[in-house]
Amino acid sequence: MEKTIKRYFPIFLGPTFAAFIIGFIVPFLMGIYLSFCDFRTVIDAKPNGIDNYIRAFQDTDFVHAFGFTAAFTVVTLVLINVIAFAVAMVLTREIKGTNLFRTVFFMPNLIGGIVLGYVWQLIFNGILARYDLALKISAKYGFWGLVVVICWQQIGYMMIIYIAGLQSIPGELNEAAEIDGANGWQRLWSVTIPNMMPSITICTFLTLTNGFKLFDQNLSLTAGEPMKQTEMLALNIFNTFYGRVGYQGVGQAKVVLFFILVVALGLIQLKMTRSKEVQQ
Amino acid sequence: MSKSKKILALALSAAMSLSLLAGCGGGGDASGKPAGSTGGTSTPAPAGSGGASGATGSVYYLNFKPEQDGDWQELAKLYTQETGVEVKVQTAASGQYETTLMSEIAKTDAPTLFQVNGPEGLANWKDYCYDLSGSKIAGELSSDDFALMDGSAMSGIAYVIETYGIIVNTKLLGDAGYSLDDIKSFEDLKKVAEDITARKDELGFAAFTSAGMDGSSDWRFKTHLANLPIYFEYEADGIGDTAAIKGTYLDNYRAMWDLYINNCTCAPTLLSAKTGDDSVAEFVTEQAVFYQNGTWAYGDVADVGDENLGMLPIYIGVGDEASQGLCTGTENYWCVNKNAKPEDIQATLDFMYWCATSETGLEYMCSGDHMGFVVPFKGNLESGNLLVNIANDYVSQGKTSVKWCFPTMPSEEWKNVLGSALTAYAADQTDANWETVRAAFVDNWAAEKSK
Repeated sequence: MEKTIKRYFPIFLGPTFAAFIIGFIVPFLMGIYLSFCDFRTVIDAKPNGIDNYIRAFQDTDFVHAFGFTAAFTVVTLVLINVIAFAVAMVLTREIKGTNLFRTVFFMPNLIGGIVLGYVWQLIFNGILARYDLALKISAKYGFWGLVVVICWQQIGYMMIIYIAGLQSIPGELNEAAEIDGANGWQRLWSVTIPNMMPSITICTFLTLTNGFKLFDQNLSLTAGEPMKQTEMLALNIFNTFYGRVGYQGVGQAKVVLFFILVVALGLIQLKMTRSKEVQQ
Repeated sequence: MSKSKKILALALSAAMSLSLLAGCGGGGDASGKPAGSTGGTSTPAPAGSGGASGATGSVYYLNFKPEQDGDWQELAKLYTQETGVEVKVQTAASGQYETTLMSEIAKTDAPTLFQVNGPEGLANWKDYCYDLSGSKIAGELSSDDFALMDGSAMSGIAYVIETYGIIVNTKLLGDAGYSLDDIKSFEDLKKVAEDITARKDELGFAAFTSAGMDGSSDWRFKTHLANLPIYFEYEADGIGDTAAIKGTYLDNYRAMWDLYINNCTCAPTLLSAKTGDDSVAEFVTEQAVFYQNGTWAYGDVADVGDENLGMLPIYIGVGDEASQGLCTGTENYWCVNKNAKPEDIQATLDFMYWCATSETGLEYMCSGDHMGFVVPFKGNLESGNLLVNIANDYVSQGKTSVKWCFPTMPSEEWKNVLGSALTAYAADQTDANWETVRAAFVDNWAAEKSK
């Protein structure tokens, strides 16, 4: 058996590995190289040092997009996780129709981001039009509109992960705590949550990186209006790269900065929540 | 396997499927490669066709105009039938041309024929433009003004001349008690529009269609309307381009914009959500009298009936309004990709020449049933496009056409910033917000030009 695996592993590993190289490693390395170049299309690059990085930092819209994205991520991180956790708690009780509810909560995930953004844009504008307002006239509306859309989309997904986590906590633990006289809150804080830390790690990681990487919904819901005030990092990078003549290199430099930022935040967050995980 | 590991495995596989979904959401346009156009060209030999000079190349045209996509596809098919040369036409989504071109041209199977919108667009693409001087198609141009020059190289050739102004539903105008002859200046237009607004409930229609600032419509104001203050400033200063615009006629621009947004079908705060289709629908369903757009929109508004359609110059209260005509020019230049294979370049040049000279080509480009263009070639046919004929009437009456100066606008970014500022001002019409528009117009012009 071992021998067969050894002999045939290229067949199993090869295609995926090739796809990974073509689809990830090569563009990634090319991207880093291109961030130090002046170029129009990826085949005519001329190196120009760190010029692109200097111009990226001089771009006030980029800095604003960073602040907006950070605020958005913090808000959605908290909201999504708290609500998803609460919903998961409710739906692991023995009440009628839990499966139906789980399905319904999960369903928004099955819709792609662009479609979702446009559908919600119609909904928001439909409501706001009654007051002679529109989504794109104020950054405030744009911000909360995005928060609503993302919460609606992601709560169900995180809920599934939390439900799986809740169901894997041995019933004895809670029973023992109950016998020892712990009330509901004490059981939640001292038994359930510590045992849920692996799920919480995953969910916070996902919501954190999703928040920073958000693009589709931002593009379709507000497109950065008004005056780029609701432009998030990914959209800012896209607009720099595709929207401006001679700014392709700057866009590429922003991508590299963006990558470093997301990786750093992800690692810090993983370290923080991992340290709280308990061994069963 | 401990339970926490199980959860982890579950969560990770869930994460993978999520990113797969995310992938679906993003890359809708990535697969723009129609079947049958892969690498090895297997075009049938040009059986008995004289002019094809044994071409074995193929043509890939990246078309800019979504409204003419169907016609180009048909024309390409006819050309293939006639000569055996394969022509692939792909159309970029509205407002996505530069993005599409940027990704398409880096492919092995790059477009052989693409377009730029004038000097500013050329600056980005000049390294890709084949020098068309001395080509057969260049010889067909009715005037050298329609060639786009980069130094001594002819980088682009205009293929359509267009005209815009304010399209009028003369029947509704009549219902309101006016005729086209009553409007000879900005003051007249303002008086009529404000009178219609005052009697909006009684009349059942508004003066202007919504000045939508959605991406499908905002170019009518951030580019086309903005052309007027630029044109008059250029005229006053006797120049054709400038590194620093002064904004001499910005107050007139503001007055016009105020007129549009406060006399249209909806509240000005709603304009940010209004699309180009909304405007067309309002005009065709007789909810508004005036609709700023050009000859290319004839197909959209033809339902109103030729007898009910008229056009007015965009008066902004500057210069000699009595002799002001419509805005005529071009921002559509064909460029041939110089990095394409020599046989493909030849095939592309042949295709262009065929479009501009053959009976079928001209029929498709000029006839009102098809593209309805005015083409700057010697073989131009009389147009079946009513708006084009109205535009010609203005010229024959001796009115001075307003030139298209917007190809000299500094960049797409400049237009976008101006558009956002106009939207913000429409929602809240304060002097402070107009100051943002002014800054977007004047300060950003210099900033973008210097980049």
